[in-house]
Amino acid sequence: MADVLTAPPETGRRHFEPNYLNERRGILSWLTTLDHKRIGVMYLWSVLLAFLLGGIFAMVVRMELLTPKETIISADAYNKAFTLHGAIMIFLFIIPGIPAALGNFVLPLLIGAKDVAFPRLNLASYYLYVAGALFALASMIFGGVDTGWTFYTPYSTTTTTKVSLLTLGAFILGFSSIFTGVNFIATVHKLRVPGMTWLKMPLFIWGIYATAIIQVLATPVLGITLLLIVIERVWKVGIFDPALGGDPVLFQHFFWFYSHPAVYIMILPGMAIISEVIPTFSKKTIFGYKAIAYSSVAIAFISFLVWGHHMFTSGQSDLATAVFSFLTFLVAIPSAIKVFNWLATMYRGSIDLKAPMIYAIMFLLLFAIGGLTGIFLGTISVDVHLHDTYFVVAHFHYVMMGGTVIAFLAGLHYWWPKMFGRMYSESWARPAALLIFVGFNMTFLAQFVLGSRGMPRRYYNYLEQFQPLHVFSTIGSWVLALGLFMVAGYLLASLRKPYDAPANPWGGKTLEWTTASPPITHNFERTPVLTHGPYDYSPQEIGR
Amino acid sequence: MSHSAAPTEHVHEPFLQHHFAEPAQQVDAAKIGMWLFLVTEVLLFGGLFVGYGIMHGKHPEAFASAHHHLDRTLGALNTIVLLVSSFTMVMAVAAAQAGKRRHLINYLIATLSLAGVFLLIKYFEYSHKIHEGMLPGGLYSYKGEAVPGEFMFFSFYFMMTGLHGLHVVAGMIAIGWVLRRAVRGDFSERYFTPVDLVGLYWHLVDMIWIYLFPLLYLIS
Repeated sequence: MADVLTAPPETGRRHFEPNYLNERRGILSWLTTLDHKRIGVMYLWSVLLAFLLGGIFAMVVRMELLTPKETIISADAYNKAFTLHGAIMIFLFIIPGIPAALGNFVLPLLIGAKDVAFPRLNLASYYLYVAGALFALASMIFGGVDTGWTFYTPYSTTTTTKVSLLTLGAFILGFSSIFTGVNFIATVHKLRVPGMTWLKMPLFIWGIYATAIIQVLATPVLGITLLLIVIERVWKVGIFDPALGGDPVLFQHFFWFYSHPAVYIMILPGMAIISEVIPTFSKKTIFGYKAIAYSSVAIAFISFLVWGHHMFTSGQSDLATAVFSFLTFLVAIPSAIKVFNWLATMYRGSIDLKAPMIYAIMFLLLFAIGGLTGIFLGTISVDVHLHDTYFVVAHFHYVMMGGTVIAFLAGLHYWWPKMFGRMYSESWARPAALLIFVGFNMTFLAQFVLGSRGMPRRYYNYLEQFQPLHVFSTIGSWVLALGLFMVAGYLLASLRKPYDAPANPWGGKTLEWTTASPPITHNFERTPVLTHGPYDYSPQEIGR
Repeated sequence: MSHSAAPTEHVHEPFLQHHFAEPAQQVDAAKIGMWLFLVTEVLLFGGLFVGYGIMHGKHPEAFASAHHHLDRTLGALNTIVLLVSSFTMVMAVAAAQAGKRRHLINYLIATLSLAGVFLLIKYFEYSHKIHEGMLPGGLYSYKGEAVPGEFMFFSFYFMMTGLHGLHVVAGMIAIGWVLRRAVRGDFSERYFTPVDLVGLYWHLVDMIWIYLFPLLYLIS
């Protein structure tokens, strides 16, 4: 396939060659499709829409915090805005973002399969996602929710806002996530191309596989927990309401038993993308393949044992707190192993600063800050001071936005030519990435300082002394939004062009680059044959 | 080519989906999927079991006192009904493997009927409780409770048996679907995966009841 790299882009003629986008036409051909690529694309547009909606709520929240008193909205509206920002971003964007949108598209391609194991289940998962999103929308239209995305009891079981609608929505979204997880596990086990043993799989597959295991093992517990909130609200069964003899802390245990592993549902796929992008743009074999692969599984395993670190101040026993704190530190080990291996991969590589690589490097910087501040918060004595302050908000956003969303952008830029057959404008991509980097750090570095000085999270009014940092953070959010709109602009603009992407624009070694961009409906002309490992770059390609 | 028992011929099997290379791969994938689904079911019920355990720990007297209102005989009877239905399901799968269509249909009908008997007995139990006002939480109106807080027991009784009941209904729909396909003649020694998978699901539904029965009916 090496000649494809140098072949001139063949534009006009290619428009008539059949591929998965143009072989069947019409809206019905999309709504009834069983093709993992089309389902991935439908997921992609849906999660991007959710990202826009959640982003608008974020901008409203930041705007309100510009002044210490009321700025643009009432206190009630503010509570609803941050709740919906959190719930939409978590359940509708980040969790399905990488696995269901990008993962659906590239996972079968990466292992040389024609499709996922259960194509109908895949489509069902998408429709459940849409149904869950409609419930979330309905909760907004009929008055919103003001509990925060964590739905803590007893407030969530007694408030008159539309908690039941939103929790039912999240319940349905959970099943969508489970379906995707079950599908991916079965696919990875049974549909790898002959010769692709576990240790010859691209690292993206390892990351998505570890994610799928968490999705399958943790999400049902969230399902029953959310269902119990609805039942408690409707029939007052008494399980979480202390007035009826129930236990509100039990809810926190249930909730975090899912929602802490869920944090790794969000970050592991991000790490999985970085493991693909860095070797491709360093033209070097990945350093420490096994260490990166096994650390994904280790993170998935430890993720189930650390939920109590959200509850250091909830009154759980001191012993439990100490054990959870220690286990939390353990997560840092596999995470750091990954970061050091990525850095070692780049060392003496031939680094090509194309958009995906820029985002990958940005990921390394921001994730390092997010990860290290996580250690601060896992330390009991420090956490008692920082609990429920902006420090937590900043830490969370450094991992989730600086980590996962930036990795999502890396993956989007990396596979965009494969998905849609067009190259985007590199000269627009660079300034946009710079704006995102600057805006992000302005927004959230300020919040670390705010939190360490005692600014509590979720507050509507605040002391005047905090205003300068809040203003700085809000201005940062505008810069960040501008950068993201630029990305949307040049990506969408690329779709107006004729197909101009070569099969392998980046010189990648994994199987998705051996088929056309965009791929044919059945992915490969014939079952691919593995001739080399996923990152086997020859010394010549390093260019030294 | 045509007279040799070529392994490539199975490509023409009507049940083989296009993205699988051979039937064995498809069967294995389906089984992995089903087992994972069963794991999620166990975890879904797990939340309720943990909640029950903790609330039982907080209100032991109320739970012990309230459970006397359950009818052990009917509970035991239902346990036997489900155990027998598991047996008929095993026989149905065996019949499918052997390609005995008549047997398969009969055993599926037997399983479906036993599931119906289970729901019928549950219906009598429920209507007695509802009549007495022993309903979950806010709907609880029973006046003669010996220990305060008995309503919590009935909250869990209805949530757990209710969720299990829904699973029985889902199982009956699945068995009905397999039965229809069996009558239509979809299955053979070479292809009986749906029977196998529905069987696995049905055993899980039975097993959950095996845990629910002592937990709710036999508190000491």
